[in-house]
Amino acid sequence: MTDHEHDLSELTHPPHHRAEIVFAVVSFLIAVALALSWSTETQWIDGQAWSRQPGLWPLIAVIGMLVFGAGELAACLIRNLRNGGGDVVAEVKLWARAGEYVLWFLVYVLATPWIGYLPATMIFMTLLAWRLGYRGRALALAPLVAIAIVVVFKAFLAVRIPGGAVYDIFPQALRNFLVVYL
Amino acid sequence: MDIFLAALAIVSRWDVIAALLVGSVGGVIIGAIPGVGPAVAIAILLPATFGMDPIVGLTLLLGIYGSALFGGSIPSILINTPGTPVNALTTYDGYPMTQAGQAPRALGLSFGSSFFGGIFAVVALILLSPVLARVAPMFGSREIFLAALLGCVLVVVAHRGQSLAAGALLMFGLFLNTIGMEANNYTRRFTFDLTFLDQGVNLIVVVLGLFAVSQAFVLLVGKDDQEAAPPISGSVWNGVTEVFRNLRVAVVGSLSGTIMGIIPGVGEFTSQFLSYTYARTSSKRPELFGKGSPEGLIASETANNSVPPAAMVPLLALGIPGEALTAMMLSVFYVHNVIPGPGLFRNHMDFIVALYICLALLNILALAFLLVATRPLLKVLVIPNRYLGMIILTLSFVGIYSLRNSAIDCALAAVFGLLGVMLKRLNLPIVPIILGMVLGGIMETKFRTSLPRIRSLTDWIDRPVALAIFSLICIVLLLHVWGLWRDWKGKRHGSIQH
Repeated sequence: MTDHEHDLSELTHPPHHRAEIVFAVVSFLIAVALALSWSTETQWIDGQAWSRQPGLWPLIAVIGMLVFGAGELAACLIRNLRNGGGDVVAEVKLWARAGEYVLWFLVYVLATPWIGYLPATMIFMTLLAWRLGYRGRALALAPLVAIAIVVVFKAFLAVRIPGGAVYDIFPQALRNFLVVYL
Repeated sequence: MDIFLAALAIVSRWDVIAALLVGSVGGVIIGAIPGVGPAVAIAILLPATFGMDPIVGLTLLLGIYGSALFGGSIPSILINTPGTPVNALTTYDGYPMTQAGQAPRALGLSFGSSFFGGIFAVVALILLSPVLARVAPMFGSREIFLAALLGCVLVVVAHRGQSLAAGALLMFGLFLNTIGMEANNYTRRFTFDLTFLDQGVNLIVVVLGLFAVSQAFVLLVGKDDQEAAPPISGSVWNGVTEVFRNLRVAVVGSLSGTIMGIIPGVGEFTSQFLSYTYARTSSKRPELFGKGSPEGLIASETANNSVPPAAMVPLLALGIPGEALTAMMLSVFYVHNVIPGPGLFRNHMDFIVALYICLALLNILALAFLLVATRPLLKVLVIPNRYLGMIILTLSFVGIYSLRNSAIDCALAAVFGLLGVMLKRLNLPIVPIILGMVLGGIMETKFRTSLPRIRSLTDWIDRPVALAIFSLICIVLLLHVWGLWRDWKGKRHGSIQH
C-alpha cells in the first residue's frame, strides 16, 4: 500500500500486469489441446440422448475455456499494447523460483512415510530455515515449531498420517506410541 | 421454543464451546498475520474437521472465517498492510488515523464496526429463517440448477475488468470437476489412462493447492519486509462506542454486506464498494475519506464483516456456496452425509438455529478477545514473511496428506500451488476455479435429475421460482453488457468510469 490518493476502482479493477499474456497464451493452448482430445478422452454412447451423454459437460467446459480463453488472450494483447506494468521476464523467473520450493515440498512428502512424520517435519523445517538464510534464534525455533505442529495435528487433532517405516526398529510399545502420536 | 432449546443444548456441548473459543481467538490471530488469511487457515484445517461433528467443524471454520476479518484490520490500521485481502479498504482511513496519533480510536472503530456488521447479519439471518424455511422447499432440481447457473454468471460478471479471465477460470473449474469416472455410465473422462485420475480431482487438494500451498510459495519467493507496529497508548473502547453514534453508516454498511453476502459470487469487495460510496456521498465531511474518516472505516468494516453470516444463506437453504470459503464448508456437510438445502430446514432446524447462535457468540468472543489482547497480538506482526511461508507449507502437507495418505495428491497440490502463484502475482481471481468445481458438480447432477420432467425448453422455467431465477440471470447479463458499453463509451471519451 502506498500513500497515494485512493481510487476505489483498485478494489474492483486490480492493476494489469504484462506477464498476464504468458498465462493467457498457455491457458488458451491447454484449452485447444483439451478440445482436440475431447473425442478420445470421453465417450459418446449410441442411442443415448445428447443431454445424457457423459461427454456433454466436459464439452461445455472445454468450449467455455476456448471462448473465454480466446477473449482473454485478445484483451491481454490489447492491454499490453496500450499500457500495462511489470517486466514479463522477471515475473516468469519469479514463477520459476517457486519451482525450487515444489522440490523441497515433494522431498518432504516422500520422506515422511520412511522416516516418520515428526523426524521428517523437524528436518524439513530446520533445513528450509537454513536455506532461507535464517540463523540464530529463528533457526533454533524451526524444529520446535515442527514439534508443535506435529503434536497439535497428529496427537491432538488425530489427523491420519501413518507412522514411518523406521519406527519398526523400536520396541513394540514405543513403536505403537510413535505411530499413534508422532 | 423447543427448537431453540434443542439448539441451546447443542451449543452448550463442550466440543462446540471449544470450537467457538479456538475458532474466534484463532481467527483473530490468523487475520492479524498479514499473508495468512482465513482461506489459507480454513483450507489447512478442513481435513482435520472431517473427524468432528458437523456443528463442531463448521463452528471452528466459521469462527476463523468471521473473526479473521476482525484481526485483519489491526495491521491495516497500524502498518498500512491488510491482514486479509478484504481489509484493504480499511487501510484507506485506518492508517491515516494512526499517522495522526489516533490508532486506538481507529482500532476501536474497526472492532466495533466488525462486531456491529457481524451481529446485524446474524439477526438478519434469524429474521430471514422463516422465509427461507418456506421458500427453500420451492427449489426443486430445475431451480437449484438455475440458481447454480446464476452463481456462475455472477462470479464472472462480479469480476469487472477481469470477466474474461474469470470466465476461463470458472470453466477450468467446471472441467476439473468432470475429470474421472463418471457415475451414470461408468465411463472415464479426461483421465489420459492415468489410474489415479479415475477418482477425479479432489476439491480439497485443489483448494489447498490454490490457497495454502500457493501462498506459501508466494511468501517464500518474496522478501522479509516486516514493519514494527507503533505502540498503542489509550483505550480502544471509546472507538467501539463511537460506531453506535454513526448508526446510519453502520446500518447501511451492514445491509450492503448482508445483501451482497447472500448473492452468490459477489462477496466483500462489492459490498465495501457500495457501502463506502454511500458513506462518502452522504457524509458532511466527504473530504476526509481516504485521509482518516471514521465514517469510511465504519463503512468498510461493517460491510466486510456482515458477509460471512450472510454467505451461509445460499449454502444452508439451497446447498449452493457463494464463494470459496463456503464452498470449503460444503465439503464438511458432504463428508458427514448432511445435505444442505431444503431438507436441512425441514428436518434439522435445531442444527440451523445452533449455527446462528454460534455465529452470534463468535462475534462476541472475537470482540472480547480483541478488547483485552490487542497489545500482545501486535507481536505476531513481526513474524518474517518467508518464515511464515515455511510454516504454511509444512501445515499444507498435513491437510493434503491426511486426506488419503497420497503422495500424488501432494504433487497435484504443488502443481495447483504453482498455478496459484501465477494467479496471485497477476492479480487474477482464484475463486472462480473453486466455484466452477462445486457449482459444476451441482449443475451436472441437477441437470440430469431435471430431465425426466422436461419436454421442451420452456419447461425449465414453467414454475414461478425457476422463472424468477431465469429472469435474474437475464437482468444480470443485460446489466453487465450495459456496464461494458458504458465503460467502452467512457474510454472513447478519454475517461474511465468506475
